[in-house]
Amino acid sequence: MENKRRSFLKFAGVSVLGLGSLSLLDGLTSDDVNASSGKASAEATYKKTANALTAKRWGMVVDTRKLNDRICKKMEKACHEAHNVPDHENKNHEIKWIWEAHYNHVFPGKNDEFLQERLKELPIPVLCNHCANPPCVQACPTQATFQREDGIVLMDFHRCIGCRFCMAACPYGSRSFNFRDPREAIKPENENKEFPTRTKGVVEKCNFCAERLAVGKQPACVEVSKGALIFGDLGDPQSEIRQVLKDNYAIRRKQNLGTNPSVYYLV
Amino acid sequence: MLEKALKGSIAYWIWVFALLGIIAVGFGFYLKQLDFGLGITGMSRDVSWGFYIAQFTFLVGVAASAVMLVIPYYLHNYKAFGRITIMGEFLAISSVIMCILFIIADLGQPIRLLNVLLYPTPHSMLFWDMLVLSGYLLINLVVGWNVLDAERNSVPPAQWIKPLIYLSVPWAISIHTVTAFLYCGLPGRGFWLTAVLAPRFLASAFAAGPAFLIILCLLVRKVTSFDPGKEQIQSLAKVVVYGSIVNLFFFLCEVFVAMYSQIPEHLDHLQYLFFGLHGHGILVPWMWTAMVLIVSGIILLLIPSARRNESVLVVACVFTFIGIWIDKGMGMVAGGFVPNPLHEVNEYFPTFAEVMIGVAVYATGFLVLTMLYKVFIGVKEELAE
Repeated sequence: MENKRRSFLKFAGVSVLGLGSLSLLDGLTSDDVNASSGKASAEATYKKTANALTAKRWGMVVDTRKLNDRICKKMEKACHEAHNVPDHENKNHEIKWIWEAHYNHVFPGKNDEFLQERLKELPIPVLCNHCANPPCVQACPTQATFQREDGIVLMDFHRCIGCRFCMAACPYGSRSFNFRDPREAIKPENENKEFPTRTKGVVEKCNFCAERLAVGKQPACVEVSKGALIFGDLGDPQSEIRQVLKDNYAIRRKQNLGTNPSVYYLV
Repeated sequence: MLEKALKGSIAYWIWVFALLGIIAVGFGFYLKQLDFGLGITGMSRDVSWGFYIAQFTFLVGVAASAVMLVIPYYLHNYKAFGRITIMGEFLAISSVIMCILFIIADLGQPIRLLNVLLYPTPHSMLFWDMLVLSGYLLINLVVGWNVLDAERNSVPPAQWIKPLIYLSVPWAISIHTVTAFLYCGLPGRGFWLTAVLAPRFLASAFAAGPAFLIILCLLVRKVTSFDPGKEQIQSLAKVVVYGSIVNLFFFLCEVFVAMYSQIPEHLDHLQYLFFGLHGHGILVPWMWTAMVLIVSGIILLLIPSARRNESVLVVACVFTFIGIWIDKGMGMVAGGFVPNPLHEVNEYFPTFAEVMIGVAVYATGFLVLTMLYKVFIGVKEELAE
């Protein structure tokens, strides 16, 4: 009896090990780079074409002087449709990549009693800041969230274990978690087949439209912003975005935390 | 030795099956969570950690508190604790098991848990937490089991055990320190962004853990023929009161810094917890209850005649334990997330399903503890014969 059980256990152990190493080999040899390293997977997810837009460090300027409620709503819609962001009824389950907030919430440290009248009710878009020094990347235990060479902070939805450490680490509340199956809350007629839908139990956020840059397109929100959003290369002194920053005083969210956000606001 | 856990009175088996029943019910809710997602909990986009992670944090403390027996016994040769040190180590084992289960319950994709080992990431504190917790579990299993086995055979424990025992001291400190580092290294979460968080975690742990151990000792004396000893219980009581006072002191330091500096990022969370913020204050009664319990616990334990009276002592220990449980297991995590980074108030309270899953994890811990203590007491009874 004792002997039998032992040999069974041995057999079971060896089988499990065998299966494990098989799948490991599978992962190493398969074309699906998703299984190996984070950086490689991002490169693979967004296959670059010849006319891909590239930069040393992508950044964005939000010109609040050109904003109004209609434009903000449009940006939100364009982004959420392009990325299959579900629309859940329960506020606890909410997913948002870009949304509008008021000045006092966008810049809680700059809360002003005598704020300029225009800014009081002005909707201001907030999104992932693609920080040069991102606390979410530091916190992630699996490198499922990582920073690309061009500064974009991305997510590998297949690697994320859903621990939500990145959400605690983000000082901007830019991340959302799939508390339930997102696919149930995407209308089939709205689904964008070019972009993956997610599964429940993973975190997601704005990706600066890395998939659109790869085929030579500007981010979806920028396209509909009527000039309120300027997107470009912060690493190139000749770029339009650098020119705008040279000519205007811009602020960033919670600059004092040292995260070095790549999204600037002209107020 | 394990066979001792398989022989017991009817009462023993009723207790074991009651725990198994609770586990089964909670597991049902967990299956529901696996199916639907973490949306069955009260957590949200703003309060993205809740009951599970808070229980995990609290229990890491209970596990670490075994060191309060190991230090006096092994480093200071305080012989009296030799009688109950294994009880502390076995409590640590079951606590770490609960910690691991709470982490798994909290994951959105538990099936991918091993990604943490597949892609080791030293800059993530969670990676280190996984390492120190599993290491601590292993150390306590090996040490507790071997020392008990040696005792059973009436021989001194093997020589190679000694270094492991010494290692367990800094290791115990490390598990709760790393757990505090999960929180206090995050920019923009003012409530946790304080160097006193790890020391305070340890102080509260050294109060709550030994308080629970005293209750266990009194229980063991009542339901078995093994007496953990009057002196042992009294010494533990002193550990509890020191721990609890230091914890309260650290907390008051925290309150002073926030209130006197009046920096909103630090003050707002305390205000939310104790007075409510913008008309929201679901945790206010809980936090004041916790404070009253902790302070009354300290007063009762400070009065020598009250401390020596075991029926008063047990009340003081229950007060201390529950007070710290509310503070760490309810307030600490939710308080850090409210208000959110955009300074909006979205409150959190656990749902029934969430609590039931938590209760099942506790039942699992108690089951492990029951069986380990059964073995321990079985050996003691065998030796007494």
